[in-house]
Amino acid sequence: MINMIIDGKNVTAPKDTMLLEAIRGAGISVPTLCAHESVSRSGACRLCVVEIKKGNRTRIVTSCLYGVEEGLIVNTKSDRVKNVRRLVMELLLARCPESDLLQKMAKEMGIEAQPRFTPDTDKGTCILCRSCVRVCEEVVGVSAIGLFARGSRKTVGTPFMEQSDACIGCGACVYVCPTNHIVMTSTGEKRKIWGRNFKMQACSKCGKFFAPVDQLKFISKKTGTSMEDLAVCTECR
Amino acid sequence: MTKITTAQALRQVQEDLKKNFDPTKKLVTICAGTGCRGYGCIKVKEELEAEMKKQNMDVEVRATGCFGFCEKGPLVIIHPEKIFYQQVKIKDVPDIVSKTVANGEVLEKLLYRDPETKETVLKEEDVPFYKKQLRLVFGQNGMIDPTRIEDYLIIGGYTALAKTLSEMSPEGVISEVKKAGLRGRGGGGFAAGIKWEGSRRAHGSPKYVIANGDEGDPGAYMDRSLMEGNPHSIIEGMIIGAYAIGASEGYIYVRNEYPLAVLHLTMAISAAKEAGLLGKNILGTDFSFDIHINKGGGAFVCGESSALFASIEGRAGEPRAKYVHAVEKGLWDKPTVLNNVETWANVPLIISRGADWYNTIGTEGSKGTKIFSLVGKINNTGLIEVPMGMTLREIIHDMGGGIPNGRKFKAVQTGGPSGGCIPENLLDLPVDFDKLYEVGSMMGSGGMIVMDDKSCMVDVARYFLNFLQEESCGKCVPCREGVRRMREILDDICAGKGREGDVDLLEHISTGVADGSLCALGGSAPNPVLSTIKYFRDEYEAHIKDHRCPAGVCKALITYSIDAEKCTGCMLCSRVCSVGAIHGEKKRAHVIDDDTCTRCGACIESCKFDAILVK
Amino acid sequence: MKKTANFTAKTKAIVKKHGGDRSALIAVLQDIQETFNYLPKEAMNTVSTMMGIPASRVYEVATFYNAFSLNPRGKHIVKICVGTACHVRGASAIQDKFEQKLLIKPGETNQDQQFTLELVNCVGACALGPVVVIDTEYHGQMTMNKVDKIINEINKEGAQQ
Ligand SMILES: Cc1cc2nc3c(=O)[nH]c(=O)nc-3n(C[C@H](O)[C@H](O)[C@H](O)COP(=O)(O)O)c2cc1C
Ligand code: SF4
Ligand code: FES
Ligand code: FES
Repeated sequence: MINMIIDGKNVTAPKDTMLLEAIRGAGISVPTLCAHESVSRSGACRLCVVEIKKGNRTRIVTSCLYGVEEGLIVNTKSDRVKNVRRLVMELLLARCPESDLLQKMAKEMGIEAQPRFTPDTDKGTCILCRSCVRVCEEVVGVSAIGLFARGSRKTVGTPFMEQSDACIGCGACVYVCPTNHIVMTSTGEKRKIWGRNFKMQACSKCGKFFAPVDQLKFISKKTGTSMEDLAVCTECR
Repeated sequence: MTKITTAQALRQVQEDLKKNFDPTKKLVTICAGTGCRGYGCIKVKEELEAEMKKQNMDVEVRATGCFGFCEKGPLVIIHPEKIFYQQVKIKDVPDIVSKTVANGEVLEKLLYRDPETKETVLKEEDVPFYKKQLRLVFGQNGMIDPTRIEDYLIIGGYTALAKTLSEMSPEGVISEVKKAGLRGRGGGGFAAGIKWEGSRRAHGSPKYVIANGDEGDPGAYMDRSLMEGNPHSIIEGMIIGAYAIGASEGYIYVRNEYPLAVLHLTMAISAAKEAGLLGKNILGTDFSFDIHINKGGGAFVCGESSALFASIEGRAGEPRAKYVHAVEKGLWDKPTVLNNVETWANVPLIISRGADWYNTIGTEGSKGTKIFSLVGKINNTGLIEVPMGMTLREIIHDMGGGIPNGRKFKAVQTGGPSGGCIPENLLDLPVDFDKLYEVGSMMGSGGMIVMDDKSCMVDVARYFLNFLQEESCGKCVPCREGVRRMREILDDICAGKGREGDVDLLEHISTGVADGSLCALGGSAPNPVLSTIKYFRDEYEAHIKDHRCPAGVCKALITYSIDAEKCTGCMLCSRVCSVGAIHGEKKRAHVIDDDTCTRCGACIESCKFDAILVK
Repeated sequence: MKKTANFTAKTKAIVKKHGGDRSALIAVLQDIQETFNYLPKEAMNTVSTMMGIPASRVYEVATFYNAFSLNPRGKHIVKICVGTACHVRGASAIQDKFEQKLLIKPGETNQDQQFTLELVNCVGACALGPVVVIDTEYHGQMTMNKVDKIINEINKEGAQQ
């Protein structure tokens, strides 16, 4: 076990855990937007920053990526930390003024929109946390979506911003998106996501539409299970 | 060239080359660096060769790398007298050949003329631009044809490598580099020896060494001139480093805009391999090491170490949080040493002449020399190499020859987009890593952009923030969104829409962006803004409160008019104005219609009487 | 149809030349751009299939780096240096002038596919600033007057051919 002092409290955490888990384990809350539990971490949102002290040096680190260290002194609420979090929230509120989640978080943190920033109108509620891209690559395994361009023009989407052949319509990206940016509409036999229509499979027992045919085909190919076996919904299985 | 298989054999090859080299023999060297190419030096070279043939003279015309004094290109030196000709044109060639080369007769009009004393200067080293320089790394550029390994060998090239492999242990090399106090020339000034040691100790194989030739800092081109002009010095440094660390593979990451550097490096690598100085069993030892070249894709952020690794690995150049050091987990998660091109080029010097000698040059904390590019509003644009600790004043006034057109110096920007602007009252600052940092700027890669009273400091800050917004990788929020918002505010200020409190807000955003960004691009992005606010706050205030751009740059805040006293009514300006904003009759003073005028500046350019006023 | 086949064949040869290793992606795309003057979509798809890299990753790289163009470019590439040295020497006025003259913005190609306007951060010829590089030729100490001259000259040459 590793011993640290976090916000004045003695805290122990298992070796090889991240600071974020150690802090939360100690009952201290840390806001995050990009550290989704089902995907790897990128450190993109910067909300989880904390100030650490080693010897005489203090510095700001990304707690979701910083491994615990013996004797570390951690301050999760220093002025510098609060200043970064405030700025990140102000910037995100200006980028995605419509996001309910951001509004709620800002309220909890006592942060208001910075009136000097002109709110964006073209970004939807996408905060570029990358969870969708990572889930598609790491969990689903199709890498249908990616992050294109760079700097302030960066966007998430399908290659060439066209319908993607690689997409199987599974909706995992919708599930991990913290701000409900990705639109998926399902109308019984049809599902639409990332601009493409998917035919839904009706359960061979109950007749309910339950998954895109392309997704079942993908699973069939990967696992060797026949399409007939897969054409039964989870409830009837 | 046949393979050289021992240190002894290398010495022999060098000796033989020297024997055939007669220092009293006639030779014409011409700079074929990028600057001089822009002035048409290649045509001058061809003309020189043709003229030699015509006059039946068997004299070599050698195209070399950049001489440094790019302002006065094309540059030609006639050996053995070392007569230094500048601004050479094709029409000068016949005289150069028949008079100077044939008879040693000096052509006065091609010599450098001191603008103050009006006296001509015969030799390169006596030109004020060169006088105070100490060209240890860069000086050989002018003597060698970078496409020929023989030229490098003749001046003692690869001696340091031979010494390393035959006399030194890897630890010995590292301790020599540590003792020399060599600090990275790519920006941060991190001690090279310590990095090497970390990588030597790290577990994992293979290990890599990389030369960072991304040179993204706009206005800096010393790395380019080294890669183009003396590629073997970089390669030799890398081989020595690889031996010290235990690396078997190396990469040179070259900026996309530098095709000539790629060509010369490629030729140098294959020549070194052929000579047995690179590749399998170098100089007959059991040490093997190979170098690959990677062309960048045009992204400033790829100069950052983890983004550079991503780029070599074939991915988009996004930085990662670096809580594990690259010396342990770098390229492909293997131990990696990344050093700047100029850092590598210093290594052979340190090995052959020793750390003690190296320690005699420079300041307490910064040893050796540094190459700077002196550009912008300066008389002598070019590359200079000086010992660390030279003052800004000496650099700008003595070497740079001051500000053109009798204007007043305002600031010098160092450190590129991560650096800051240094005002006149700090001109006596001795330039080294720590001193520049103390005044809110940095060494960066060594770009020095000089600005005069016609440069608007708010515009300069806006320029850098615009650059950084374009070049941010876009991964993390403070840099992607924060830099953009800062630029928007600066846009407003320059457009006369600045608001009370904007300067404070800029400072507030700056601290958050600096503290909160994932990599050093965002971490240092606010520097151009913070340093201009620190030293030129009054200019910000003038823009915001008085809607005035004191330097006359920001279009929305200036008006053009015509000085009726000076205007002769020549009508030139009214003809060049593309929007028809200038009216007036022939031989009568003209007027500018302010509503139509777009402040493009075409009239200023055309007016021969300096009659256009900008306020 | 023929054009697509052409893209595919040449792209295949380029990928083979680089040995198909995933890390060669940027070099492969650079060669494709050199061959076609831009990155055709068909070529990128071929690269994706042959190298086993998802199309999304290929597109990420193609859109991240400035050197790549996703649209066909003009016969002449006009690169205006907007490096710091050129900026303080008035590069933005030169940029405005080119935009006016060619009726395009940076990144765009004019109607008759003659010119593509691009910005570049320092070409390392600061002594000549403001600098413009047209194709491979450097034009130094640019003035607005010179912009007219150079473009008119190139147009004239084009008309003669
Ligand atoms: C945004 C950014 C751009 C950089 N660009 C360069 C560059 O163009 N050339 C360079 O040598 N170092 C550059 N660096 C610094 C490198 O990351 C690295 O520190 C350096 O290459 C190490 O070599 P050195 O110790 O010899 O200086 C850059 C750093 C950052 C954060
Ligand atoms: S600081 Fe800027 S360049 Fe660095 S990771 Fe963040 S967004 Fe990318
Ligand atoms: S390019 Fe010729 S002196 Fe620099
Ligand atoms: S800034 Fe234009 S060439 Fe360097």
